[in-house]
Amino acid sequence: MNWIAIGDISDIPLRGARCVKTPIGKIAVFRTAENEVFAIEDHCPHKGGPLSQGIVHGTAVTCPLHSWVISLETGKALGADEGAVRTIPVRNDNGALYIALENLALAAAE
Amino acid sequence: MAERTPEKLVIIGNGMAPGRMLEELFEKAPGRYDVTIFNAEPRVNYDRIMLSPVLSGEKDYEQIIIHGDGWYIKHGITLYKGHKIIAIDRNAKTVTSDHGVTESYDKLVIATGSVPFIIPVPGKDLRGVITYRDLDDVQAMLLAAQSREKAVVIGGGLLGLEAAAGLQARGMDVTVLHVMPTLMERQLDPAAGYLLQKAVEARGIKVITKANTKRVVGEEKVEGIELDDGRIIPATLVVMAVGIRPNVGLAKEAGLAINRGIVVDAGMQTSDGHIMALGECAEVGGMVYGLVAPLYEMARVAASHLAGERSAAFVHSDTPTKLKVTGINLYSVGDFADGDGREEIVLRDATAGIYKRLVLKDNRIIGTVLYGDTADGAWFNDLLKHGTEISEMRDTLIFGQAYQGGSPLDPTAAVAALPDDAEICGCNGVCKGKIVSTITGKGLTSLDEVRAHTKASASCGSCTGLVEQLMSLTLGDNYNPAAVQPMCSCTELGHDDVRRLIKAKGLKTIPAVMQELEWKTSCGCAKCRPALNYYLVCDWPDEYADDYQSRFINERVHANIQKDGTYSVVPRMWGGVTNSKELRAIADVVDKFNVPLVKVTGGQRIDLLGIEKEDLPAVWADLGKAGFVSGQAYAKGLRTVKTCVGSEWCRFGTQDSTGLGIRIEKFMWGSWTPAKVKMAVSGCPRNCAEATCKDVGVICVDSGFEIHFAGAAGLDIKGTEVLGLVKTEDEALEHIVALTQMYREQARYLERIYKWAKRIGLDEIRRQIMDDAEKRKGYYDRFVFSQKFAQVDPWSERVSGKDKHEFRPMATVEFNQAAE
Repeated sequence: MNWIAIGDISDIPLRGARCVKTPIGKIAVFRTAENEVFAIEDHCPHKGGPLSQGIVHGTAVTCPLHSWVISLETGKALGADEGAVRTIPVRNDNGALYIALENLALAAAE
Repeated sequence: MAERTPEKLVIIGNGMAPGRMLEELFEKAPGRYDVTIFNAEPRVNYDRIMLSPVLSGEKDYEQIIIHGDGWYIKHGITLYKGHKIIAIDRNAKTVTSDHGVTESYDKLVIATGSVPFIIPVPGKDLRGVITYRDLDDVQAMLLAAQSREKAVVIGGGLLGLEAAAGLQARGMDVTVLHVMPTLMERQLDPAAGYLLQKAVEARGIKVITKANTKRVVGEEKVEGIELDDGRIIPATLVVMAVGIRPNVGLAKEAGLAINRGIVVDAGMQTSDGHIMALGECAEVGGMVYGLVAPLYEMARVAASHLAGERSAAFVHSDTPTKLKVTGINLYSVGDFADGDGREEIVLRDATAGIYKRLVLKDNRIIGTVLYGDTADGAWFNDLLKHGTEISEMRDTLIFGQAYQGGSPLDPTAAVAALPDDAEICGCNGVCKGKIVSTITGKGLTSLDEVRAHTKASASCGSCTGLVEQLMSLTLGDNYNPAAVQPMCSCTELGHDDVRRLIKAKGLKTIPAVMQELEWKTSCGCAKCRPALNYYLVCDWPDEYADDYQSRFINERVHANIQKDGTYSVVPRMWGGVTNSKELRAIADVVDKFNVPLVKVTGGQRIDLLGIEKEDLPAVWADLGKAGFVSGQAYAKGLRTVKTCVGSEWCRFGTQDSTGLGIRIEKFMWGSWTPAKVKMAVSGCPRNCAEATCKDVGVICVDSGFEIHFAGAAGLDIKGTEVLGLVKTEDEALEHIVALTQMYREQARYLERIYKWAKRIGLDEIRRQIMDDAEKRKGYYDRFVFSQKFAQVDPWSERVSGKDKHEFRPMATVEFNQAAE
């Protein structure tokens, strides 16, 4: 894995998210109430809403545009909606956060 | 009915008993009497049983009113509020009040109730020593509770314990002093009294039994209680709840026959043929009563006699006792003393905190004490009243109705098995048959309707579960008991319950709400969190720290998110008025940030669309330099006050509508509300500002300002309702602010004013805002207080660096990094 440093866990508010700009689009990095960190594409499968701007609850986020609820663990829409976003591997070394972008880089290089 | 001049009926006292008597009388003999009531209390008839929930904060005064002012008007009753009768002249057949009003009567009803018993000890008159009898007492206790200091309640009976629980819920450190060895000894046996004491102590209330009060300590104000054994219990508030005495002073002076109470026959007639008495002041068959069921029975009898039915007679029956303290269930009825020829069946479950005892004589139940599980109270009482022979089911009797006849029944089946004359509502004496026939006869489908038509569950409410079971039994699938829509799937509670409990339990953070109200999820969801955040902001403006992560993105970044993830920015233009300097600043921002679209909104503002999130602080900085603050076009809060040019320019204008609009907006900006609030002020009835479809609107007229509210022009279209006409701008502002605060305190999150108003009732809102100056002032003051914390421009805060992280990416990954 090619781990890229993106900052410290304290940069993200509890029950909040920040976004990371990458060559192949924005990635939303979430920190839950329990201090878990997840990263998914910042692009709702419904109409492309910025998931990093949504309300974080449990291990899910509600999209700010039309209130789809997306699981941070699987990237899948919860409830009656169907769709998924890509999840991004995150490493948490005592608060230092890294994401792995191989798949995306490959996708971009194609 | 033949025309005849109405007879004059005068009633002294306006409590629950005469209120019920009049209801019955108006039904039996409408128009027969001209009714005049003298009420020493300055208010209408309210439910005294519910004073304890008011004290604990689970209800407020409005919710316990039995007869609103409208009822008195509808029935043509003259109600003298705050008039105490000081003399009855039986020869002239007149009564005279302390304010000098004299009324003559054909029939007089004395319903003066009771007076609390004051223990005759030194210091009893000190400031801070009060009783627990009416709403004034509750208000005095609430005032004292604000100090959060120590309180002593003397009396461990029903009333004393309810007072103690209420004061404790309000944050006081409470000690109950009780002269007997166990609590509520008149209603409970020692075993149940012990369990009750444990439960009361578990809530943090101290209990001292066998406590004889020697004196009240203090110079001017109460400082504590000294007991016989020398102990001193410090207190800044002392509540005496040791009992009541029939209030017979007036009747005695008038020369009526008096014993403990005013002596009446089974028809409620006193020793004077023109005078009746009922309620707690009356003594019938040698007994005086303090619980509501027999008082309502007196009311029924008195009404019958007034209507000319001479045969009605009061019959004594045992009344079950229940304690209205949330979380403590107890029930007792009948005679439960030990004695010859008596047997008992006892069930104890220490872990579950359950104690049940049945006292039997000749194989019939004569008394019941239930603690912890009171579900079978009604059934045991039914067996007691009917003197049912129980030997057949003796072995399983104590387990309750569900265990009779083989396999356990579910609760609905248990209710189904009750006979038609089984009493469901003890307070109002309503039996099963009456409820069922009223539901079917009148086509009732909601609990409120059943309460309105039958009175069942309309007093203390402890039979609500039974009534609901009857409804589902009668209506089948047509009754949906979960008519209260939960806030979201994280809780069973509806918005109203959550709002009420936040206040009642003093919950001041979102985690506290979720813990205390047993949320089913660990940190809520996108539906409940913004709602809870609003309720807490509204209820505790000075103490609550806004939870940023529980706000919708628009309220977090103070701009409106658009479909492509960019934002729109709307600066505030007070009353829709601008000038060249402001317009120039906007034009410069448009050029500097390449704003793709500039648009004029329906609320007379300019909207800049398509701004990148990262640019927001810089855009605000430039707008701020020109004097702009946030237009809050994104907020569940006050958005715009739209105006026309009014009397300053318009040849039809009657008042300075622009000036008033700006004044309202400058006063109210920044306030958070349950849903967005849009206002408008029109200078004349031509209504160019379209004020009659706004949440709140003003139509200026020559004689003043007509205030409108509850309009809508969105998903629904609805003209406004008139709140009322006021003469001055100052009054207009005060009324609008009070109305908005009432809405802020009562509405459900995301509920617009027109929906809230429909739910609460327009008349009720008018009554509180237009007619009740004290109420209005209270709302106004609370709004002003909350504005101290709300009127901070969010844009300039963020320009100075607040929430910086929100407007910057956490990191930017370059292509070479990603490809490595």
